[in-house]
Amino acid sequence: MRFKIHRYNPDVDEKPYMQDFVLEHVKPGMMLREALIDLKNQDETLSFRHSCGEGVCGSDGMNINGLNGLACITPIETLTEPVEIRPFPGVPIIRDLVVDMSGFYKQYHSVKPFLIRYDPEPEVENLQSPEERDKLDGLYECILCGCCSTSCPSFWWNPDKFPGPAALLQSWRFLADSRDQAMEERLDGLDGPYKLFRCHTIMNCAYVCPKGLNPTKAIGHIKALMLKHSV
Amino acid sequence: MNIPIRRFDTLILGAGGGGLRAALQLARADAHVAVVSKVFPTRSHTVAAQGGVNAALANVTPDNWHWHMYDTVKGGDYLGDQDAIEYMCRAAGHLVYELEHAGVPFSRLDSGKIYQRPFGGQSRDFGGAQATRTCAAADRTGHAILHTLYQQNIRARTNFFDEYFAVDFICDDEGTVLGALTMDIATGELLVIEAKTILIATGGCGQLYRTTTNAHINTGDGMGMALRAGIPLQDMEFFQFHPTGVAGKGMLITEGARGEGGYLVNKDGERFMERYAPNVKDLASRDVVSRAISIEVREGRGCGPNADHVLLKLDHLGSDIVAKRLPGIRDTCKTFMHLDPVDTPIPVFPTAHYVMGGIPTDRQGRVVRPSGNAPEEVVPGLYAAGECACVSVHGANRLGGNSLLDILVFGRAAANDILGFLKNNRYHRPSNQEYTDKAYERFARWEKTGDGESVQSIRADLKKAMEDHCGVFRTEKIMQEGVEAIKAIRARIPDVRLQDQSKVFNTARVEALELENLADVAIATMRSAEARQESRGAHSRIDYPDRDDVRWMKHSLYSLEDDSLDYKPVRTKPMSVETFPPKKRVY
Repeated sequence: MRFKIHRYNPDVDEKPYMQDFVLEHVKPGMMLREALIDLKNQDETLSFRHSCGEGVCGSDGMNINGLNGLACITPIETLTEPVEIRPFPGVPIIRDLVVDMSGFYKQYHSVKPFLIRYDPEPEVENLQSPEERDKLDGLYECILCGCCSTSCPSFWWNPDKFPGPAALLQSWRFLADSRDQAMEERLDGLDGPYKLFRCHTIMNCAYVCPKGLNPTKAIGHIKALMLKHSV
Repeated sequence: MNIPIRRFDTLILGAGGGGLRAALQLARADAHVAVVSKVFPTRSHTVAAQGGVNAALANVTPDNWHWHMYDTVKGGDYLGDQDAIEYMCRAAGHLVYELEHAGVPFSRLDSGKIYQRPFGGQSRDFGGAQATRTCAAADRTGHAILHTLYQQNIRARTNFFDEYFAVDFICDDEGTVLGALTMDIATGELLVIEAKTILIATGGCGQLYRTTTNAHINTGDGMGMALRAGIPLQDMEFFQFHPTGVAGKGMLITEGARGEGGYLVNKDGERFMERYAPNVKDLASRDVVSRAISIEVREGRGCGPNADHVLLKLDHLGSDIVAKRLPGIRDTCKTFMHLDPVDTPIPVFPTAHYVMGGIPTDRQGRVVRPSGNAPEEVVPGLYAAGECACVSVHGANRLGGNSLLDILVFGRAAANDILGFLKNNRYHRPSNQEYTDKAYERFARWEKTGDGESVQSIRADLKKAMEDHCGVFRTEKIMQEGVEAIKAIRARIPDVRLQDQSKVFNTARVEALELENLADVAIATMRSAEARQESRGAHSRIDYPDRDDVRWMKHSLYSLEDDSLDYKPVRTKPMSVETFPPKKRVY
């Protein structure tokens, strides 16, 4: 199987290039991560992040034949040859397939992604009905892989100002939590032309999310809440 | 070599649940903390824990911490230290409530309380009816807990050194640990971090085996560093094989699948656990179920064209339960096996999962080592928690749901003791260049160029050797060969050369440093296993099929510097209740 893989090592390369690789032994059911590990055994200078191998840790996001995805849950038999592997678009490249995610994390931090309560804590759990808890499904499962935000044109344009789909999904995860008591400050933080309303419902985020989550929908919920709250 | 230095009150190695729970405690008490992790915190392997965390909340059935303690002692085949087990089980409820307050999205019961499910080895009334003790967020409990702890650390403004690799400890002439030499993976630049207290929370070493539920990063780094700093590893022969890894691939299928009512069948469709554990059947301890599956396959009752696995049936549960309680493993099955467990049974086989052994600590999380006649002398300022540590609460076999509990309880315990230590020890101990140079040697060794073997070929041979010689069933001969095999593999490491000498995000270099850690942990495991002449918990010997409490109710301690084994007694006296004396273990 033939691969074209983005290579760039600032230590030795003047500029990026695409390197051809051939994977000799294609195993049945093989995922792209295993293929990349085999290719790295051919050439140990190939760098990429990966860890759990089952789509839970979110390390091995990359651009696969033009679409962002996780290598470890992408079966290579579904890919057309030569398979083009590039780093996430729109973010600084550190080396080969490794990108600098610090801007992405900074935006995540900016939405206060933690439960805020002002009441004194009870000795036992806060009660939450199964129906209230169901509202967190499709939100809390985010693995922060970055596939969504790095496929979002609004995030490409304004990575320092626009929180991006991953961060906004988390914002809604806490707004939707019956236990959270910081709705006003969360909404205040998202007001303005470069925050919530920079989302133009292009929906690349929902299209690429490897966990099947829908940030655009979450952003829609926040917009509705903000509108309701302001009248 | 002029390496920049930064100083903190506490250095935490590892940003899984144990490290983050400790960091949170310390940051909230205004200690100056550095958390060093070779991956971004939410990539740590706590994220992959599925089934839940044990606490006797009694939300579903009557329960109390004392029953939980009994189950844990029995589950560990009486090798666990009962003072630490009492401490853990008593703290469990409070810690789970705290997590809920921090935001963990636990599944809920109709009452609005935290959802709990039955798990293996859980009982009421000291061995009576099945208990329902495992608090769960669907089958993504580890993910929910890890993300919540990271989020609360953002709020507490903890200092993170993301994607920094700890090369080795910096020790003075008396063996006191002063800090660690670290490398920024992105730039290859070195940084010395000195600290008054150090917590090792680097997790497990499942990469010792070819087929494992563990991530690529689980290479026993903290254990390797401890061994080289003259600290022994305890009870390394006890390696848990999870009964239900995806056959041939290794992805974890949570014990919660059986907790929700799933069961195992062999090729005849027989529910074979009824023969091995007549009372609790599929919810026996993991070691018992793993052995049963291995025996079924060995005796020709395995499923599939090669008769090499058994089947986990969930198709009778209905799609509602599977969708609601087990969505993550359903995704895993669809992605990796193209099957939906709602209508098709899952092929499973025992898979390397968890090391019960590790860096010896007391129940405050302080690292202890033998000194003269004292079996447990505290190493000042050094702590360990979680899978890399051995308190020992899991004894010879860990119960499902007790590892998430372990990291929370002992992450917090270590942090609390650290706060006391910092009060009494206000200044950093003196270090000097010479101490740093020793740690630097390990790093510099990989700058040798030329032809040589590859890291990958050694890593593959090591994993194969461990799988062949230190698996579910063991014998004298197989393990002796294993010791020789591991020694031969270790002897090849000095001839390995890196072709990639770049400084920028050099993953080949990280893997070389990891290989050395794995190799050190491998010899500790193999030697400890070879020496123990009995069957206890996860250590099952065909040639010594019975537990031998007279000779072997003791902890092993392996030291790397002289390749020696030592032993220390089990702490059988709990903190406040009566001892649970060893009994025959039946489920």
